[in-house]
Amino acid sequence: MIEIKDVKKGFDDKQILKGVSAVFETGKTNLIIGTSGSGKTVLQKCLVGLFEVDSGEIIYDGKSFTHMVEDERKHLRQQIGMLFQGSALFDSMTVQRNVKFPLDMFTDWSHDKKMKQVNETLERVNLKDAHNKFPAEISGGMKKRVGIARAIVLNPKYLFCDEPNSGLDPQTSMVIDLLIREITKEYNMTTIINTHDMNSVMEIGENILYMYQGEREWVGNNKEIIFSKSAKLNEFIFASEFLRDAKDMRMLEEKGIIDNDRNMEDVMRDPESHLLMGENDKRDKSE
Amino acid sequence: MKFFSVLGNYLLLIKGMFTRPENIKMYWKELMHQCVEIGIGSLGIVSIISVFMGAVSAAQTAYQLTNPLIPKSTLGQIVRDTVILEFAPTLVCIVLAGVVGSKIASELGNMRSTEQIDALEIMGINTKSYLVAPKILAALITIPLLVVIAMFLGIWGGRLTSTLTNIVSGDTYDKGLLDGFSAINVYFALAKAYTFAFIISSIPAFYGYNVKGGALEIGRASTTAVVTSCILVLFADYILAALLL
Repeated sequence: MIEIKDVKKGFDDKQILKGVSAVFETGKTNLIIGTSGSGKTVLQKCLVGLFEVDSGEIIYDGKSFTHMVEDERKHLRQQIGMLFQGSALFDSMTVQRNVKFPLDMFTDWSHDKKMKQVNETLERVNLKDAHNKFPAEISGGMKKRVGIARAIVLNPKYLFCDEPNSGLDPQTSMVIDLLIREITKEYNMTTIINTHDMNSVMEIGENILYMYQGEREWVGNNKEIIFSKSAKLNEFIFASEFLRDAKDMRMLEEKGIIDNDRNMEDVMRDPESHLLMGENDKRDKSE
Repeated sequence: MKFFSVLGNYLLLIKGMFTRPENIKMYWKELMHQCVEIGIGSLGIVSIISVFMGAVSAAQTAYQLTNPLIPKSTLGQIVRDTVILEFAPTLVCIVLAGVVGSKIASELGNMRSTEQIDALEIMGINTKSYLVAPKILAALITIPLLVVIAMFLGIWGGRLTSTLTNIVSGDTYDKGLLDGFSAINVYFALAKAYTFAFIISSIPAFYGYNVKGGALEIGRASTTAVVTSCILVLFADYILAALLL
């Protein structure tokens, strides 16, 4: 579990994080969402120590990251995996060497043991035939998979993902999202995902922190987000008419007013029969 | 103020390199890789310019040595001292500032802008010691060797021109090479080579490591790194000459 308490961070005269507090739970996909400039990337960089916080505290499983000395931080960082927006693969190395790199640096395993771990990890992210390719030779989705493989090859306790879906088509985005969720459960990691993607929010948002202008605006999960009364959150999440309609439909489903497993062709033929009305509603109608 | 800020950040970068390596084998591999990149990678251009600078030096000296009272062997002596004292260390390092400097700055700049440096930091690797230190160390190992090679090739280039164009015979040129040879000149040239090697590797590393932005900024950092390195090489050249000669 990662906990942040009243974290503040500014650059020059501009205050980016204005006292954010939140808890990111283990075994769950924790999402940080918000508009551009809301401070979510700065928050994530503070969490991994790329930026120092001005005040407040970051706590990893009870240990204060803010007050750790450099050696302790180095040790902790070996338990952190991170998937970057652009994947950040080492472009002079093949896929295999990219994934093997953390093992080479931090373990004294034999070559065979390292290769076994690399192959297993690449298989886990469904990459089988790209071992000897360079990052420039593979697709965006494959790069993300390699990035995930490199991030989890040392079995980390914490996984950070910075916009894992950026630049991917919706189908590949979904595959990457589901892969991150599966891995989070399998390795029982604390996963924190920074995203703009509404599909991710609705599919894998088990614990969502919505940030607005450097402050915590809303916290909840993907079920609760549908019923959120926060105008700022609704404006951000359900920005288009299409998404607002989808939200209305989901609300009706959640309240049991329409059938979750409806067949839209049947609904269009006989809309009335697909409304799951209560007994009182039916009586009123018959009268 | 900006100068002191840049200087301070540069000194912090250098200070940050001195930490215990996470894995000595990986650092050794990186050092060897950089030695090949900087040393072997620059050997071709160094060889070409060395031969030509020796040849030009011989031809121009011969053109000016018209006094019959000056022995012909003086040509070898002049070419030797010019090449050893100035051409091999300074000219070669100015060229290397362009070749090696722009490569280091753009490589690190690209790694910074594509978040590869951040990725290494998050893994718990000290990127200053893993990425910058091997480059500077490799430059300190290979550039003095390249300068020594440049000395031999420069002198040989002068001999080749002199004999092919019948300015002087090979024996006369060789006699001039041996006359009044002072080993201190070679030590002085090597002192310059080590100083210049440090400048042309650390300055571009500093500019590349601290790039903020994308392709445009990487290009700018690369240009600034090369220009600054060249100016500092010439400045250090004067300081060393004033101090050591």
